[in-house]
Amino acid sequence: MIKKTFFGLIKPRLECEPIESSLSKAENILPSKKITLLLNNPTEPKAAVLLKERDNVKTGQKISLSKDSNEYVISTVTGNVSSISHFTGYLGKPYTSITINIADNELLDEEFKNHCKEPTLDASVNFLNFIPGSPPFNLFADPNVSIKNIIVCGFDTDLLVKTNQYIMKSNLDLIKTGIRILKKITGVENIILAVPQNLVSEANEADATVKTIKSEYPGTLYPMVMRNVLGFSLLAGRNFEDSGVCFFTAEAVASMGYAFSEGRIPMMKTLTLIKKDGSKKLVSAKIGTAVSEILKANSISLNEKDRLIFGGPMQGVSIYSEEQCVQPDTDAVLVQDRDDLSHISDYPCINCGECIRICPANIPVNLLVRFLESGLYEEGADHYGLLSCIECGLCSYVCVSRIPIMQYIKLAKYELDRTKKVEAANV
Amino acid sequence: MFEHKKLIVSHAPFWHNGSSITERNYHAILATIPALILGILHYGMPALGVLTLSISTAIIWEYILNLVTKRTVTIGDGNAAVIGLLFAMLLPATTPWWLIIVGTFISIFIGKQIYGGIGGNPFNPVVIGIAILMISWKDFFDFDQALINYDLDFSMVYPLAALKHFGVSAISSISYGDLLLGRQSGGIGSTFGLGLIIGGIYLIARGFIRWEISISFLVGVFITAWLFNFADPDNYAGPFFHLFTGYTLIGAFFLATEDSSSPVNFIPMLIYGLLGGVMVVLIRNIGVYIDGVILAVLVINLVNPLLDKIRPKAMGRVG
Repeated sequence: MIKKTFFGLIKPRLECEPIESSLSKAENILPSKKITLLLNNPTEPKAAVLLKERDNVKTGQKISLSKDSNEYVISTVTGNVSSISHFTGYLGKPYTSITINIADNELLDEEFKNHCKEPTLDASVNFLNFIPGSPPFNLFADPNVSIKNIIVCGFDTDLLVKTNQYIMKSNLDLIKTGIRILKKITGVENIILAVPQNLVSEANEADATVKTIKSEYPGTLYPMVMRNVLGFSLLAGRNFEDSGVCFFTAEAVASMGYAFSEGRIPMMKTLTLIKKDGSKKLVSAKIGTAVSEILKANSISLNEKDRLIFGGPMQGVSIYSEEQCVQPDTDAVLVQDRDDLSHISDYPCINCGECIRICPANIPVNLLVRFLESGLYEEGADHYGLLSCIECGLCSYVCVSRIPIMQYIKLAKYELDRTKKVEAANV
Repeated sequence: MFEHKKLIVSHAPFWHNGSSITERNYHAILATIPALILGILHYGMPALGVLTLSISTAIIWEYILNLVTKRTVTIGDGNAAVIGLLFAMLLPATTPWWLIIVGTFISIFIGKQIYGGIGGNPFNPVVIGIAILMISWKDFFDFDQALINYDLDFSMVYPLAALKHFGVSAISSISYGDLLLGRQSGGIGSTFGLGLIIGGIYLIARGFIRWEISISFLVGVFITAWLFNFADPDNYAGPFFHLFTGYTLIGAFFLATEDSSSPVNFIPMLIYGLLGGVMVVLIRNIGVYIDGVILAVLVINLVNPLLDKIRPKAMGRVG
């Protein structure tokens, strides 16, 4: 954990460090008994029509619940479905959790192979949404969205995470193939490969405009990258696609390159394992592998009241069970010992101004947090820049009163969104 | 079912830079030590008595009010101790005990707790306490009278009072070096200029107070005093005299910088400090009060919410 410097006038430097050349090759971890896949399920159909318990599935088989839904997962093992249940994710996002018991013999599903002779957008939308890095192909299938710039991210947004930098180093050929395919199937001419300074020579080999990004956090966050690379800011409260911009991680592009050149859907998710002592290790785990298996393979002991986080220290999501599974967008697993946890408090804001000085989006955080604490979300959004927040978490990181500011902000955004939906439904 | 370990679940970020309110307050106490030592050396046990009584009663009032309002007990964060300490530093060493108890009650209750405790106060609690006492019992704040029984090895005339009553000629014998080294009469902890500057620089360097406020406050005092002095040197003292006497330095580093009652954006901080400095000299030179720092700080505290309106536009906002 990076602490405050002795001379408080100097801002803490949170450097997203370049990948160490000493980091060894990612170790493969395969699930032993079962896997769990999370199917994004916004509509929550009453009954699973296309899939029921005890169904057999093959490796690489596309699984969806109903014909009307575009959402699907790709089974990464061969076996039979042992349970289908509801799962509520971060900010109440509904998923269907599908658990598959692994059978002894592995059978490969050939459906994708028949579709991938020629790389097409259709094949990508239909088969490659669930590959490592979760590429946002659905944006291109949406007729209301027009993407003019694609930014391929050869960097990791959060501190300590090294996944995409590792992919840039180790799978450069696949990235080159992926970028070529991406250009062809999307028709977007302006593909930018954004990398930190240390990876420029690698990036120059690819057929894309290469831009360097600031490696000091929060320069690695998408809104900041967009401002640095494209020269315009994300409008408050809008999405990237509204500005015609779309982000692909290097891993997603490499996975796509692999899928079309090998004719198989990639299933191994590369992730950075950050141990309790802060040391990092890259592992490659099959999507659906439980975290407990990754921890066991690396002989990390997890005790009561430790903290387990999907993602990095600034933007990750803490999970409540080590049986939760690696998903296509899980870039890192961070383990914190209970003695190292930072705690929050219910002290009020003392107006010290640390957050104001560190906020990259110029939000009057000291005023905003007073409104959010009282549940006045509308005022926060209208007058105090709530929607400009890029969720870097630095305000909470420096808060002297240890207010969970970022949690308030996320909650406020979520509640505003919810009321907007309810109001829209009532009209 | 698998065996469940209970993990701690909380929201991102999962790191904290380690700062805390307690740390801030204890370092504020640490920064006052140079000025305090000289005060105790000069005024002896009575000064120590005033200090200890003030700090302890401030903490006790805070504790009682926490209990009465049924809120979390907050004496551990050190804020009450800082209020008591700064309050005592402004007092003459001979202040009677009942005045201290009343003063800390006013500071803690009217200055802080009725607004909901730390962070809610629109005015600096210490300044509120002193201002009310100064107006109610002004004889006790007449330093010449209060310190009449002290005979130290320097002039025991309170410089600002001498200036007010007898004009510039009365202070011509006072050297700036003496003022800086604390060889002047005044409050227990507010006379040792060099000690206060060292404490202030320490707090600024460690990031516990905001340099913009302190520096612009001093610049405000300097410029205004210089203008007066330039226009009429026979009637108005020079800028350095104003900087090193009375409560100017303790005001710049310890009173104006109180977190809750001061602005946080760059330009507002500069305006806040400058305005404070200007007010100090205006009150001293034109007003009826001998020292203007207390009232000047109250005035700028009052302006603070207005200054909060000056702020940069948040990223990506249209209109």
